[in-house]
Amino acid sequence: MTTSTQNAIGTGKLARAAIYAVLLVFLVYYLLPLYVMVANSFKPLAEIQEGDMLALPHVFTLEPWIKAWSTAQIGVQPTGLRPYFVNSILIVVPAVAISSVLGALNGYVLTKWAFRGANLVFGMLLLACFIPFQIVLIPMARVLGLLHMAGTIQGLVLVHVVYGLGFTTLYFRNYYAAFPDELIKAAQIDGAKFFQIFLRILLPSSGPIIVVSVIWQFTNIWNDFLFGVSFADFSSLPMTVALNNLVSSSTGVKEYNVHFAGAILAALPTLVVYIVSGRYFVRGLMAGAVKG
Amino acid sequence: MLLVNDKNQVQTLLPKVVLSPSFLLILVFVYGFIIYTGYLSLTDSHMLPSYGFVGLENYQKLWRLPLWSRVVKNLAIFATLYIGVSTVIGLLLAILLDQKIRGEGVLRPIYLYPMALSFIVTGTAWKWFLDPGIGLENTMHKLGWLSFSFDWIKNSHYAIYCLVIAAVWQSSGFVMAMFLAGLRGVDNEIIKAAQIDGASTPTIYRRIVIPMIRPVFLSAFVVLAHLAIKAYDLVVALTGGGPGQATELPATFMYSYTFTRNLMGIGASSAVIMLAMIFSIIVPYLYSELRGERRS
Repeated sequence: MTTSTQNAIGTGKLARAAIYAVLLVFLVYYLLPLYVMVANSFKPLAEIQEGDMLALPHVFTLEPWIKAWSTAQIGVQPTGLRPYFVNSILIVVPAVAISSVLGALNGYVLTKWAFRGANLVFGMLLLACFIPFQIVLIPMARVLGLLHMAGTIQGLVLVHVVYGLGFTTLYFRNYYAAFPDELIKAAQIDGAKFFQIFLRILLPSSGPIIVVSVIWQFTNIWNDFLFGVSFADFSSLPMTVALNNLVSSSTGVKEYNVHFAGAILAALPTLVVYIVSGRYFVRGLMAGAVKG
Repeated sequence: MLLVNDKNQVQTLLPKVVLSPSFLLILVFVYGFIIYTGYLSLTDSHMLPSYGFVGLENYQKLWRLPLWSRVVKNLAIFATLYIGVSTVIGLLLAILLDQKIRGEGVLRPIYLYPMALSFIVTGTAWKWFLDPGIGLENTMHKLGWLSFSFDWIKNSHYAIYCLVIAAVWQSSGFVMAMFLAGLRGVDNEIIKAAQIDGASTPTIYRRIVIPMIRPVFLSAFVVLAHLAIKAYDLVVALTGGGPGQATELPATFMYSYTFTRNLMGIGASSAVIMLAMIFSIIVPYLYSELRGERRS
């Protein structure tokens, strides 16, 4: 009996040590690429070329960061990543705002004003979350051309709003589905109308789901590459495409330190969001996956 | 559902009016576009869309292309390993973290942070780390381990595994989070009862806990499978499809055939096949989820 109890609790010292060892090995696996990027972004190029990538910098320099940000050659112009960082912000902010507002309204209608066929509409929105975007690239390029939005920031905003709607609607719908109908009925009896009910009753308690939706959309749109590379022209390239141009340009010496600094610059906004509000980030991921 | 006062016409129509812009956008930009691309795949489109109907000719050409065979084979290898390894690592880490680990609050977010990064960033980091001339191999040589060799990324037989390494790095933490949520949902009383009966921890997990979280396996599979089929950015940033065509996947194939080689009809047919693959996984899944939701 004693031995089986010990087994059951499973706290043999050796077992505990093994568990921690495995967890630490994976900790190294997940942190190593980030460490390599950060450490080497502060080294002069020569030190990377002849030294080892895992070492901390001997000579500490901010040069690669300055170069990545403001003077590195992206395509033909030595502008650094700065203008593309700005492009990404100009794309992300309106796209996140518009898709979240529409998603909130859709979720409200689909749960509290459901009509015949509402489930079909929701199913269509939901399925749209999962399509491979290759299926829309060709017609999208044509339509953006027809709308005179080809290669513009506005065009990319439109694209990201359209293909983000499924997710934002899903979030708000699932959230509002749990909101008690009685409160809304009571408000209706008091004479509140469609928008009043939304603004006064639902919206004030929507804080958490707004955060989830905004974070999800922000991360997805900031990290988008396919739409950027397909629909942007040189004046509207987002950060991810510019970074890829910087890293994969075949001319001249490969400046690994500048590439790493650029990669961190591209990762920084979403990393900061993750660090500040990781709980909501995970919730968004889960809602997209588990609650389907 | 709420009862709406029928006399109030505006209030009856308003919800539909509010929903209609989104509905129209999705109808045109998703379903309309799918039909359009589907139609293009049956035409003789090259650089620009053209409407000469050629039936299934593009599909026949596609399946005769050596590159497409390569792409399908690459996807099979990549998807199998990516889904398999991510699931194993995710489950392992979730179970280990569930053993009342000190520092779980620190470990969990670190396992998960790659999910917040762009695949282009992930690709850049791994590209140089796996590069034999500058990365791991060079480092080991500098540290004195001269026989160490790791040049998979330059080797057309092994480059696809580099894709797996980087993709698993990006998503396995997310799978861990899904499993952990599942494990935390398992009723503690059942585990305690098994412990009293004398079952060992591995047995409890194998026989009781893991069968109970079977739905999480399905969710993880669906998420990972659809990510694998869509994989594009990571290939572009990590290997550019090379060396040769060793890491070309459907998404890179579609892009290069449509926009670089100007064989739009074939590009469209490959997009349709990608869509068919994803829908065959996702539609039954969503259908059962939504039905389950309605029942509960």
